[in-house]
Amino acid sequence: MIKILFFARLQEEIGKDSLNIEKAGLTVDQLKQWLEKEHGLQSLDQTMAAVNEDYADGSEVLKEGDTVALIPPVSGG
Amino acid sequence: MNKEKRFEVTDHPISTENVIQKVTRRECGAITTFIGTVREFTDGKRTLRLEYQAYKDMAEKMLAQIDKEVQEKWPDARSAITHRTGTLDISDAAVVIAVSSPHRKTAYEANEYIIERIKQIVPIWKKEYWDDGSAWIGDQLEKTPYPKGKPPKGANDD
Repeated sequence: MIKILFFARLQEEIGKDSLNIEKAGLTVDQLKQWLEKEHGLQSLDQTMAAVNEDYADGSEVLKEGDTVALIPPVSGG
Repeated sequence: MNKEKRFEVTDHPISTENVIQKVTRRECGAITTFIGTVREFTDGKRTLRLEYQAYKDMAEKMLAQIDKEVQEKWPDARSAITHRTGTLDISDAAVVIAVSSPHRKTAYEANEYIIERIKQIVPIWKKEYWDDGSAWIGDQLEKTPYPKGKPPKGANDD
């Protein structure tokens, strides 16, 4: 199982703060495409991903038990 | 020296004095503090209040990473950073950064470096409540997000 975390705009768009899915083996980019298609999220091109709290490249392959956070452009400070 | 967490995301009001205490040391001749506050007017738009949301664990980890970068650039600087989450009113402190160093130049420079890096890599988001609506800030209308697909590793990578 992979846990996906949503924040800010994405959280409001999908209507929840997390989602558990059986998608180990997908890359980060493939997961984003799947979310756009299956959950109707607007383009995630500008959205970064973190795997287990570290920024990840789109080519990173997701493993069982990973936590993936989708990180829209940040605006702290 | 204060043993509390030096890099913290909290939903409580920030005590500037407390953040300063975390970097106070006998060998220092300078402490700079930066306080980021909630601004009422931006480009003529009136803000009523702000809401900050964080991916807390990762945000604290990224604050510690920024400190690591600071240590590489200014080995004699010591920093502490607290960022607030939740609902904030006008003039409330959203972030407090304290940096101490033996001489003032380092404390000024490292402090500015930290706030710039916070705005690049720390997973915290601001929602503006204006008098005519609300929106999460950080969308492509506000700034160019990550031209290289991910946040730059260092401030001078662009």
